[in-house]
Formats: sequence, C-alpha cells, structure tokens
Amino acid sequence: MKIEIRNGRLIDPARRIDRAGSLFIDDGRIVGDVEPPPGFRADRVVDAAGSVVSPGFVDLAARLREPGLEYKATLESELAAAGAGGVTSLACPPDTDPPLDEPGLVEMLKHRARQIGISHVYPVGALTVGLRGAALTEMGELVEAGCVAFSQADVPFHDTLMLLRALQYAGTFGYRVWLRPQDPYLAQDGVAHDGEVATRLGLPAIPVAAETAALAKIFGLVRASGVGVHLCRLSSADGVAMLRSAKAEGLPVTCDVDIHHLHLCDVDIGWFDPLANLMPPLRGVRDRAALRQAVADGTIDAICSDHAPVDDDVKQVPFAEAESGATGLELLLPLTLKWAREDKVPLVDALSRITTIPAAIIGLAAPSLAAGSIADVCIFDPEVPWVVRRDALASQGKNTPFLGHELEGRVCMTLRDGRIVHEPAQP
Amino acid sequence: MTPDALPDAEAALRALVERMRGAVAYDAALVGIYSGGAWIAERLAAELPGEHKVGYIDVAYYRDDYEISGLKSNVRRTSLSFDVSGATIVLVDDVLFTGRSVRAAINELFDFGRPERIELAVLVDRGGRELPIEATYCGVRLAVARELSVVVSRDPGGTLSLAVEPASGAA
Amino acid sequence: MSTRNPQLNRNGELTHLLTLEGLPPAIITHILDTAEPFVSIAEREVKKVPLLRGKAMFNLFFENSTRTRTTFEIAAKRLSADVINLNIGASSTAKGETLLDTVDNLCAMNADLFVVRHSQSGAPHLIASHLTTTGREHVHVVNVGDGRHAHPTQGLLDLYTIRHYKQDFRALTVAVVGDILHSRVARSLIQGLTTMGVPEVRVVGPRTLLPTAVESLGVRVMNDMREGLRGVDVVVMLRLQNERMKGALLPSAGEYFKHYGLTSEKLALAKPDAIVMHPGPMNRGVEIDSPVADGARSVILPQVTFGIAVRMAVLSIVSAA
Repeated sequence: MKIEIRNGRLIDPARRIDRAGSLFIDDGRIVGDVEPPPGFRADRVVDAAGSVVSPGFVDLAARLREPGLEYKATLESELAAAGAGGVTSLACPPDTDPPLDEPGLVEMLKHRARQIGISHVYPVGALTVGLRGAALTEMGELVEAGCVAFSQADVPFHDTLMLLRALQYAGTFGYRVWLRPQDPYLAQDGVAHDGEVATRLGLPAIPVAAETAALAKIFGLVRASGVGVHLCRLSSADGVAMLRSAKAEGLPVTCDVDIHHLHLCDVDIGWFDPLANLMPPLRGVRDRAALRQAVADGTIDAICSDHAPVDDDVKQVPFAEAESGATGLELLLPLTLKWAREDKVPLVDALSRITTIPAAIIGLAAPSLAAGSIADVCIFDPEVPWVVRRDALASQGKNTPFLGHELEGRVCMTLRDGRIVHEPAQP
Repeated sequence: MTPDALPDAEAALRALVERMRGAVAYDAALVGIYSGGAWIAERLAAELPGEHKVGYIDVAYYRDDYEISGLKSNVRRTSLSFDVSGATIVLVDDVLFTGRSVRAAINELFDFGRPERIELAVLVDRGGRELPIEATYCGVRLAVARELSVVVSRDPGGTLSLAVEPASGAA
Repeated sequence: MSTRNPQLNRNGELTHLLTLEGLPPAIITHILDTAEPFVSIAEREVKKVPLLRGKAMFNLFFENSTRTRTTFEIAAKRLSADVINLNIGASSTAKGETLLDTVDNLCAMNADLFVVRHSQSGAPHLIASHLTTTGREHVHVVNVGDGRHAHPTQGLLDLYTIRHYKQDFRALTVAVVGDILHSRVARSLIQGLTTMGVPEVRVVGPRTLLPTAVESLGVRVMNDMREGLRGVDVVVMLRLQNERMKGALLPSAGEYFKHYGLTSEKLALAKPDAIVMHPGPMNRGVEIDSPVADGARSVILPQVTFGIAVRMAVLSIVSAA
C-alpha cells in the first residue's frame, strides 16, 4: 500500500528536522520526505494539515499484563492503547505471572503481539529466575527469544553480591541491565514520599534515601564491573544530583523518568486518592522541578509512560492497600507535550525523549522520517484539547491520577511498518 | 396585629399570678422551659405564696423537629434541683402554640422520675395547637396568624415585653 | 478527587467527622459547646435523651478496640440510637468481602451512621467519598481511628478537657510526649491545638518515633523531655505500643521510661498547675509513673467522662447535617 501524508509539520528528532512537508510511504518504508519517488501513485492520501508528523513513539515501560494477569488487561486492549497513544515500539517489564524468565513465555508474547500487530513489542527479560534474586536466568536463550534487556521490574534486589554477578554475567555478552533504584529496607511497606503529606496523612513513608542509597550501590557496582546500567523511574532531586555526577564521571548509565513524576507531586494525593498511589512514590515539588530540569538538560535521557493498567477493585480500597500504577500509554504524548510547552523545550527535542533516545536505550535503529526508514509514524494534533475520561481511554486500565484533567495533544493516526494501525473515526 | 394592639407582658404576668394564687399547690416546683419560660418561672416563684423550688429545662434533645432543624448550638443544661418523683410540678413557658415544646418537656421530666402531678402555666396562649395540650393557667389569650411568631423578651432591668415577628424559617 | 473538605456538606455543615485537619475553629467550638450539657445527662435517673431515636448506628471496627467501641456505644445509647456492633475482623473481610462491599451491604440495611475504625490511614475517607459518589449523602461517617492518620473524637475530647481546666487556648504551652510517628491521637490533637490557636505545641520523643516532617505540623520538636516540659500548662503522654519496644525503634521499655517516662520529678518542671493527660490505656512504668497517673494533676479519668459527652455531641451534630 502506498500512502502519501501531505501538508504536515514533519518533525524528525533523528535529523533534528522540524519543517513542513509530505511523507511518502511504500511497502512498509518511507520512500521520500520531500519529493515522491518517480512513478509514486498513492493508494491513500492523508491530509495532515495542522498536524505534526513524527516517528512513532518508543515507550520504555509498558505493562501489557500477559501472561497471567489478563483480568487487568490483555494484549489486545493494551496494544490498542499503544496505537491510540502513537506508541509503535514498547518495552514491557518482566513482572508478568509467571515472570518472563523462560524463552517459551517470551516467544509466546512476541508471537501474540505480532498477530495483533499494532506495536513492536520488546520484552525485557527477568534478570533472575522468578525475579527472586537468587539465580540468574538463561539470558542467552531469552535474548534469542526476543528479550532486549534484563531487569527485576519493581521487585527489589536484596543481595548485593548477586546483583554484581548479574551485572558481570550480562556484561560478558553485552546484554543490557535495567534497574529501578530503591533500597528495599528503606522502602519497606512505604506508600508515599517521606515528607509533609505523609506526615500529615499518617501514611507509611519511603524516604528519598531509599533511592539515593540504591543509586550509590548501583554506581559502585557499575564502577567495579564496568557494565552499563539503565536506571528506571528516577524520582528525586537528590537522585538527579547523583546521576549527574555519575555521568560527569563517565559511568555508562542512562536513565528514564515517567510522565507522572514530571507533572505530579505528593500534594496530589489530596485526601488519600488511591489513583495517586504510584511507585516510586510521587515526591515533593522540589523533586519534580529537578526531574523536569534533568530531562531538559539530558541528565535524564528518556520519558516513559510506566504504563500499568490496574483494575478498579484494587484502586477502590484504602490508599496504602491500593495497587500502585496507572494507565499511561495514551498519556505519554500529551504529557510530554505539556512538559515541553511549560518548560519551553523545542518540540523536536521533546519528541527525541520518546523516540530516538529510548530507541537507543532498547538498542533499536534510530526511528526517523528519512527515506529508507521503517514507516513507524505518528500523526498528531499538538493542540487539540481533550479530557481524560474513562471512556476516552482504549486501555483496559482506566485508572490514572490524570482522570478528569484536560490535556492537549491527541493522536490522529498511527502507522506501523507502513500500515495504518490506529485511525479514530472522524467525528 | 400592630404592636400597639399587643397586650402588655407585665400586665399578662400579673393576670397569670392572680389566676395561680390560691390555685397552685404551696410546694409546687416551677420548671421553666428555656429561655422565656425560665424568666417567668423565676418571677412566679418570687410573687406566688408558698415554697416554690425553681427548675430549668432545655427541651432541645426531646424536640421532634431535630431531623429538620438540627441541634441548636446553645443548648443549656437541664437542671432540676429537686426530686422529680412524687413532686407536683408546674411547667412554665412563655408562649403556648403547637404544644410540641410542652410535649417534649413532659417527656423529659419523666426521664427524671414519676411526678405526682404536672400543670402548665403560660404567659401567652396564641392558639394553633397541634397536640391535645391546654394550659392550666394562662396570662392572656391572643389570636395570631400562623406565619407570625410571638416573642417574649426581657430587658436588662428584668421587665418583660411582647413582640410579633415573622416566624424564622418562614418564606 | 475534589479538594473540598470532604467532611462538610454543601451548606458547610459537618456531615462526617474524618479528621480535625482543615475544620474551621467555629465548628470545633460548636462541638465542644454542644458537649457541655451532655455531661450532665449521665447524672440523670434515666441516662438517655431521645435525640437520635430510630437512628441505626453501626460500629464498624476493622481493628479491635473494646474501649473505643464501648464509649461510642454508650454515647449512642444515651442519645437513644440503635447500636449495631460488627466485628468485621471476624466476618466479612475474612471471607474476602471488600470494605466498600461491606458498606454497601450495611447501607442496604438502612444504616444512618457508621463509626469506623480501620488499620489503614484514609479508610473512613474512602467510605465517605463512596457514599457521596453513590448518592447516599444522608449516611454519615465518624472516624474513630484510621491507621496512623487521625482519631478526631479523641482529639476533641482532649481539647474539651484542656478547655475545661485551662479555659483559653490562646495562652497555653502544650507538650505531647512519646510516639508521634505511629500515633493518630497525636496528629489529631496537634491539628486541633493549632487550629484553636495554642501558641506553642511541643512534641517530645526520640527521633525514631517522630515523623520526618513533624515540624510541618506546626510544632516545636524537643528531644529532651526535661526541656520539653519546662513551663508547660498541659502534658499529654502518648501510649507506647508494645511492638515498638522490641529493639528496632527503642532499645527497651526501661530505657524509654528513663528518658521519656513521666515522673513526679520531671513533672515538677512544668507549671505548678499543669494538668497531665493520657488517651489510655496507660502503660504504668513505661510512659507514666503511677504516682503521676493517680496524682492530683492527672485528669485522665475526667477525660474518659468528657469523652462520652464529646462523642454524643459529634453523633448528634453529624446526624443533623
């Protein structure tokens, strides 16, 4: 199928291009972004006037809940959400049931995802068997099955020696290790940032030290082993400062932050709103400001959705009993745009945080609109306002602290491998 | 009714005292319903012959309109400095209207004991009863439209006066 | 979620009592004033008034507390309400029923009032907001202890006691001693005291038992008990739970008593007319010495008496909203 997308504003972070133009797609690839190739006759012409044409987004953390947690969400529902969010590539953490610690599970997941075909799914394998932190998984087999990296998801690592060995082993073969920095002893059964709000509401707290102590440990191991680590979901100003000096030192580390922590803080818990129960916890205003600044200056590399669809049953309970997590795939774009608009970040740079940079962290070829690139494309209207309502979300998880908020920026069309995978009915 | 046409409260009180003199038991306790009834009970105790103990009752907890009106904030302590059981009691109120306050007061009295006899003395009977309750002794009778309320007040010198106002809560 | 104070209805009336935080001083004063005449009801031959006759009050205790449950039962019965006690720990949740399912079921039995105790901070807020979103604004919730968050009726009875003995809140120094971190009693009391304009509230305790941001509650932190008691008008001793004494937060009950136990010698540093309060039940010899607990300045038993009247006031005020 030959598609022409005309009159759009082409933004291509890979080449740092932001200009008006058209895009010509043939057989899954982009064949031109100025002129059509000779003899090109479009089967379909898409008018993108007033819209941005960008490479499809790459999300570093989207839980699809398969296998085992289908009561929360299914591949069908969550890949539909990915399409609605313009996300054409996503990495899914191994915290499924059972965890992604066997090649068979990974192959099945990849196979199911291919059948549905909306988004490229890149599983992150379990670093240890059952995520139990005791025995290494068969990483070679898992990579052959399709894993792009290894992590413990949100399950804490107690044994420091085991963590060092996991790094050394993965490093031997050049596999990537992703870790969320949180000391399990300091975090304990905490559910909120250790600050004024937790003090006032009497919520068990997680101090910033839970993050900084874990970072110090990880940086020490990175230094000792020379093996790089990607840090998931940084949450604090102190953590940002440590990351900044680690990068200045030349340690091979990258880092992401999720959309919630860029926009919310512990005050948004209000009177115990379980929708604001997130992990890591929403921290203070100062922390939020530091995270936003760190994304702008590149200390934090990428923005992710930390998509975690959860059912209503586990949110309609007292705050500390609520399951943490929020749906995010469909909010990744509008919340990235909101950050860029508020902090005056050029759109092309903002989009790099959800396209080229996360793609590099996964180890993918840089997504681009240049001729020859795979035609993973998102067309979106950056200014159209919409209200985040349950019925406006394709994800089976309807819970997000942004419910009821008005956001700007909505996807008009998503193409993967040159195929239209999301196109809402015109009103 | 214009203010000029209202009877004088002190004259009504004198009439009430005259009706009670000789009729009321010499040792009857006088229990005033807050707040107007309390003032009148004190005056009656001073002016009637006999040994009259004075008690005070706030019927707020016994009212039947709590669901509609809620609890007023300045509820006063019901204080009965005598043994209710076996006592002859004259309940004293300023204005007798629907009879609901008197009903509440009688109920409250019975929570303190079983009186020998209860009578009712009121300064003003304005009609409009919603319960089968009548005053034993009455200072003056008035005919007043339902949407108006008759208010007894007391100046710092202790002199009582009568006024007619639009009922609170009336449209 | 709405930022409106969830305890007040559209008319600004108190429809639930969830916390003392954010309550206007006028509402707190109204509760204390309402409680006063209720104190005398206990002295009557029939210790009962018919104010809440026909109302069904459910004692919904997800965490055991015979003591608090009993005080509410007495308060409700003195107001002639029907009291239904549910020992939830042993019934619904053990069968997997959720908190809100339990509430829905009891609403279907025409509950008018829920008196809720729960081990999780915010559980009564969840119930209150559920009642609102399901259009049952006529059902009221009184929080009688949620996790570490709040115990507003205890806070109110503490305020009542302080006002009874000291009259003017705006001239007092109050010391709250002990485990602030885990104490809902402390949070509610501190919020009540600061709302009522007490100029100096001190918290005294070891740093393992103080929340990180405790100063944000508007208190002065003192780690030394003697310094903390110097010149105070009111001393509130908090109960030290047994599980806190086992070594992780404190070395031993004995060492705690040495540093933070209230003895006559330490109390001598307070003002000569200072009163001593304790929410009960007391651990004699752990946080308080018997001669002090039973001494002339102890108002621990009057607190219990006032507690019934304060609870009657709260029940009758929210029921009327």
